[in-house]
Amino acid sequence: MPMRSLRGWIMADNIYNKPILFAIVAAVVILIGTAATMFIPMLTAEMHPKLANLKPYTALQLAGKDFYQREGCNNCHTQTVRPLKTEVLRYGEYSKAGEFAYDRPFLWGSKRTGPDLARIGGKYPDKWHELHFENPQAFFAESNMPAYGWMAKNRLDPGSIEQHMKANDFPYTAEEISALKDKNELEALVAYVQVIGTSVKNAPVAAAEPIVKEKHFPNPLAGDAAAIKQGAALYSLHCSACHGDKGLGSIGPSLADRTFLYVAGDVPDDDYFEVINNGTQPNMVEDGRTAKGGMPSYSSTLDKKKIWALVAYIRSIQQKK
Amino acid sequence: MNDYRYDNHTVKGFIVSSIFWGVVGIVIGLWISIQMWLPSWNIPPYFTFGRLRVVHTNGLAFGLGIGAIFGIFYYIVMRLTKRPLLFPKLARFHLYLFNVAIALAAISLFLGMNQSLEYAELEWPLDIGVVILWVIFAVNIFGTIIKRKEDQMYISLWYILATVIAVAILYIVNNLSIPAGLTKSYHLFAGVNSANVEWWYGHNAVGFIFTTPILAMFYYFLPKSTGMPIYSHRLSIIAFWSLVFAYLWTGAHHLVYTPLPDWIQTLAIAFTVFLIAPSWGSVVNGYYTVGADWSKMESNYLTKFFILGITFYGLQTVQGPTQGLRVVSQLIHYTDWVPGHVHMGTMGWVTMTTAASIYYIIPKIYNTKIYSEKIANVHFWLVLVGQLIFSITMWITGIVQGALWKATNPDGSLTYTFVEVVAKNYPYWKMRTLGGVIFTIGMLFFIYNIYMTMRNGRLDHADAKS
Repeated sequence: MPMRSLRGWIMADNIYNKPILFAIVAAVVILIGTAATMFIPMLTAEMHPKLANLKPYTALQLAGKDFYQREGCNNCHTQTVRPLKTEVLRYGEYSKAGEFAYDRPFLWGSKRTGPDLARIGGKYPDKWHELHFENPQAFFAESNMPAYGWMAKNRLDPGSIEQHMKANDFPYTAEEISALKDKNELEALVAYVQVIGTSVKNAPVAAAEPIVKEKHFPNPLAGDAAAIKQGAALYSLHCSACHGDKGLGSIGPSLADRTFLYVAGDVPDDDYFEVINNGTQPNMVEDGRTAKGGMPSYSSTLDKKKIWALVAYIRSIQQKK
Repeated sequence: MNDYRYDNHTVKGFIVSSIFWGVVGIVIGLWISIQMWLPSWNIPPYFTFGRLRVVHTNGLAFGLGIGAIFGIFYYIVMRLTKRPLLFPKLARFHLYLFNVAIALAAISLFLGMNQSLEYAELEWPLDIGVVILWVIFAVNIFGTIIKRKEDQMYISLWYILATVIAVAILYIVNNLSIPAGLTKSYHLFAGVNSANVEWWYGHNAVGFIFTTPILAMFYYFLPKSTGMPIYSHRLSIIAFWSLVFAYLWTGAHHLVYTPLPDWIQTLAIAFTVFLIAPSWGSVVNGYYTVGADWSKMESNYLTKFFILGITFYGLQTVQGPTQGLRVVSQLIHYTDWVPGHVHMGTMGWVTMTTAASIYYIIPKIYNTKIYSEKIANVHFWLVLVGQLIFSITMWITGIVQGALWKATNPDGSLTYTFVEVVAKNYPYWKMRTLGGVIFTIGMLFFIYNIYMTMRNGRLDHADAKS
């Protein structure tokens, strides 16, 4: 085709009465951006990153991930923490490209009707998730999440899960597959939720100043009536779901029995402060006592004064005993 | 003049089917809008928000949107080529297969068969069905255009050809997956790569389902219903090529601040900003076309649908690129702002323009006049007000959410827990339902008007003389 000039070529009639030529030119124009931003990057290592300690999903976790997709959880929950200050404070370490190599497809989502879940794995104990799935409003009265307790009634189908493991090329054992028949859908979903984002170390972000380890110091708000009142309100909002309405324990241990981290005998106020502020991880040692993990960090949610108010409240329920 | 036999039965079949699926999609939309503030309206397992939301989006994008596009494209192509469809029986088969596919799609989504790719949720057997549907459509469109009796291809045909090609490429690539049984598959692409492919598809589904086909309708029906020629042919050429070129670069603006390589995000943002130009090329062309005689806004009831439609397209294509900018994205991304943005496009531009096209077509093929211009006007104002309440409320909610998520205390800790922010959204979410109800009532007036027009006329193979 003679090309008089670009302008002449585009404006001339010789393409607008030749549908096949027109279609070919349109396809080429469409494919340029496609190649530049999608196809060519796909051929580079940059688009296939994998963290060294990222593990393929186990059969139970994959089943849970399938249910996460089936129930459309990604319509309300994202799985990517943006590298923004408040986002890291709220959810934890920002998302890395290499975390998602086993996700087909990616499940980053596009809307946060509920919170981001990129760092949910290990944040709460399994029991927390089971009870929360059964009745989200028991934990957060104003939550709009649907209940998923019904999933506990459905048994897993080991045959189809094995097929799914094969399709993903994930390693598994025959025992692992046969063990699935005793599990239900909710247990699988919890197993998946508990592994999300765990290939990245997620140390709590200490928004409040760290406490000096060497010397203990008392609660500045100890016995303050207003602080105890505020602490009671904070307690029912943040703590009662796990530690019970009256602090006698349910998912988490009792706070009223003067046993701290499973060892009898009380500890100073600042140990309480630290556990609330930093949360617990398995085998973390606090004042000579070993934690099991499962307590989330409140450092980015509650300021220092609020945490001391909570400690004051906890002391008040202990004194009532 | 009207000695051609047109396949008007197929056109009518697609229009009626699309309206039916539109009602299903809108009713589910209202339902999930209530679930947002009343979780007891979730009925597990089939009718929870997570499953219904995809029935809503697929029902409206594919049932209402694509259904109307099939019917209206057949109508336009026959008129612009001055001949009947090349394969009329294939087009009838296309109509039946379309309805079967949408019904199966809805059922499969209720059952939770979901690829978790936004706007590409359908599992692989249905994907194959969709590809077959599209090939049937493409064969008829290309065949009819190649065998046309009018030498020049009018603007609308360019947009139609671009739509047919682009959707085929997008749909096939993004749906490539590894099957694991009949009802489950895993994306061929993993992690960040999967995200990049999905949003290359996702954003261009907007480009080639909610933009180019609607522009094809706009360029055809605006001059037809007003009797005024398009203002500038040259502008439409420039706008067309720059639009179809730039769109494909922009998908990653959905992935700003994610682990996707930064350069792809930045490139996408730059092209997104550029996209304002071709989009406004069509907006300006529309305004100047009617600008020759603005009294048409009053004297011709359809003009205002097209002008308001293109106005919302213009607003949409400025708001969208603004949202792509990092400084805006970090505030409003993942909030209700985004559904507010989407619904301005779908309720304000797509549905407005499509409804006006249907108002033009139905009296033509039924050899009659529109049943009631007054009802059409009531329809217009209700959908306009409903959409504005919906969108504006969601923009406000989005800013509130974004701002409260970011709020910090003097010591740097967060001011609000997540659920405290949720609690503050309830009044807005209720307001959105109200906007949706008003919009739906408007659409019921539309459906009644179309139904009565059909009852008063007789479907024919020839067109009514205007």
